[in-house]
Amino acid sequence: MFDWLFRYANPARFMGLSGALLPWLVAATVLTIGTGLYLGFSTPPDYQQGHTVLIMFVHVPAASMATIVYFSLAMASLFSLINRHILADVAARTAAPIGAVFTLLALATGSLWGKPMWGTWWEWDGRMTSTLVQFFLYLGYSALWNAIEDETRAARICAILALVGAVNIPIIKFSVDWWATLHQGESIVSGQVAPVFLAPLLTMMGGYFLLFLMLWLVRIRTMILERRARSLMVGVET
Amino acid sequence: MIASLTAEKLACTRGSRRLFEGLSFRVTAGQALALEGANGAGKTSLLRLVAGFLPQVSGRVFLTENGNEIAEPEGRGRFIGWLGHHDALKASFTVAEQLAFFGKLHGRTGDLPALLEQVGLTRQAALPCRYLSAGQRRRLALARLLLTARPLWLLDEPFAALDITGKALVAHLIALHCGQGGMVIAATHEPLGLNNETLRVGNESLNL
Amino acid sequence: MSPFSALLARDLRLTVREGGGVGLALGFFALVATLVPLGVGPDMVVLAKVGAGILWVGAALAALLSLDRLFQADYEDGSLDLIALSPLSLEGAAAAKMLAHWLATGLPLTLLSPLLSVFFDLPAPATAMLAASLLLGTPAVSAAGAIGASLTLSLRRGGLILPLIVLPLLTPAVIFGTGMVVEVQTGLATGALGFLAAFSLVTVLLSPFVAAMAVRLNLAG
Repeated sequence: MFDWLFRYANPARFMGLSGALLPWLVAATVLTIGTGLYLGFSTPPDYQQGHTVLIMFVHVPAASMATIVYFSLAMASLFSLINRHILADVAARTAAPIGAVFTLLALATGSLWGKPMWGTWWEWDGRMTSTLVQFFLYLGYSALWNAIEDETRAARICAILALVGAVNIPIIKFSVDWWATLHQGESIVSGQVAPVFLAPLLTMMGGYFLLFLMLWLVRIRTMILERRARSLMVGVET
Repeated sequence: MIASLTAEKLACTRGSRRLFEGLSFRVTAGQALALEGANGAGKTSLLRLVAGFLPQVSGRVFLTENGNEIAEPEGRGRFIGWLGHHDALKASFTVAEQLAFFGKLHGRTGDLPALLEQVGLTRQAALPCRYLSAGQRRRLALARLLLTARPLWLLDEPFAALDITGKALVAHLIALHCGQGGMVIAATHEPLGLNNETLRVGNESLNL
Repeated sequence: MSPFSALLARDLRLTVREGGGVGLALGFFALVATLVPLGVGPDMVVLAKVGAGILWVGAALAALLSLDRLFQADYEDGSLDLIALSPLSLEGAAAAKMLAHWLATGLPLTLLSPLLSVFFDLPAPATAMLAASLLLGTPAVSAAGAIGASLTLSLRRGGLILPLIVLPLLTPAVIFGTGMVVEVQTGLATGALGFLAAFSLVTVLLSPFVAAMAVRLNLAG
């Protein structure tokens, strides 16, 4: 079923293809994020939030990336378990720190936004809380990776953890939302986004996604080169 | 009744090291096979591969029973008697308790006192395993091997830690098992004392 | 005696004999319940408000204490190889170990909780509901814990990583478990019982399969 994918999964072929793709990806990322920022700064201040609304353009995409990257990580893990392919192992492993940084960015910008809006640096709002739990999932995943010495074993074992986490994330989100409504957290933001903010927000989301793809590709390439260098030093062909 | 174990073109890689490849052998009922090779040549890995613990990178391993091939790892496992590096004993369990547990786990109600006598542990039956010497622990592991009554024995250094009488006991048990139509594969540096086949394990060209 | 009950009985006997898993968990639980009021202050109104949450978190943490050895001990001394070759499937073995862990920690912690509720001045209905929620939720703690234990069984310092990977997975159990008590305290029906039951059921049903998969991978390592 995934034969087409694995024609490109040979590490050598992957290096060639990704090397050709990378400059275009960098250009697209810079362009999209640049456009998004320009559009963002040209929006009028929100009647409720004033200029703080600008934080949303960096916060909301980061928060969605927290989930999207985890989903990508889980997909790579699935391939790692089923096809036992080294490229899938590397892809899963390298996605984790990128996702963790996006999650941290979402938490930090959420906190910066919260201070003027809520008057506190932290509010136990449903979305912020699930993002925090998500951050711990990334942390646990990376900790497990670093703790297991044998790389192949680490890849498979962590893949199981990633999939368990992926199954759990919707349940965690549901439970946290349930908990937030139970305790009647006074939510200032309604779910609605005013139409003027929609265009910059969507552009920024696209930009963040491209940024993720770019960073992911760079990290995968670096790790493959590292492995190659190591096997050259050990003197055994992999 | 298991008639034979066949291995075809097995290969094993640990980390980025290729231990062996293209390894083929066959053991039939009543036969013993000794595995030889330097430390780290992959004897233990080969045993774990046959037992179904290690995934097969390439090649095939299967048992033959009444003309049917049993290749699936968990299916093979049901016919294997295992004696590994570790003795798998719990410090706080007595010798008798330890043996009784494995009996129940395997659904076997053998004559435990007779087994203990056979391996020379009758006097230690009520002794917690933490007080056993290395040789006595090995003897208890042998009693467990007898209790589980599996046709294919996989033995990793069965003579380790044993004195002369202990080594004679192992050789005797192996001969007995083969005499009853069982099969034995043993990784060992010492002769099994049988008219057995020997297989050299290892990929000498890669062991720098 | 079936292979399943043989393993269950052995694990329980080991818990009793080696390292006092039961006493350790209960002691830890009681200490959490003692230290929190010392930190928060003796205001009974405040303590009654936070009591259920503290006791739930304390019980979950206490149950995790002995988890790292669940598979690790058998892995290190070679018992896991023999269990894998026995007539009992690894799924069955994981389920037996999970059940043994729950009987040795989850159940005693549940039974101790009414006594510790006194420290927080929880009224009788809330106390009863807390015990009920622990009875329903601690199996999920053992089940998610068994997954964590199977993933970390080859690690010498697995005990440090285990809580880090298991606790986030337990968020729903803590939320719904405490939610059941809040329900009695506020009198509002929220459906916490149903959610906790569903979460426990799914976790307990899936855990043996995931744990067995991780054990298989580790035996191949």
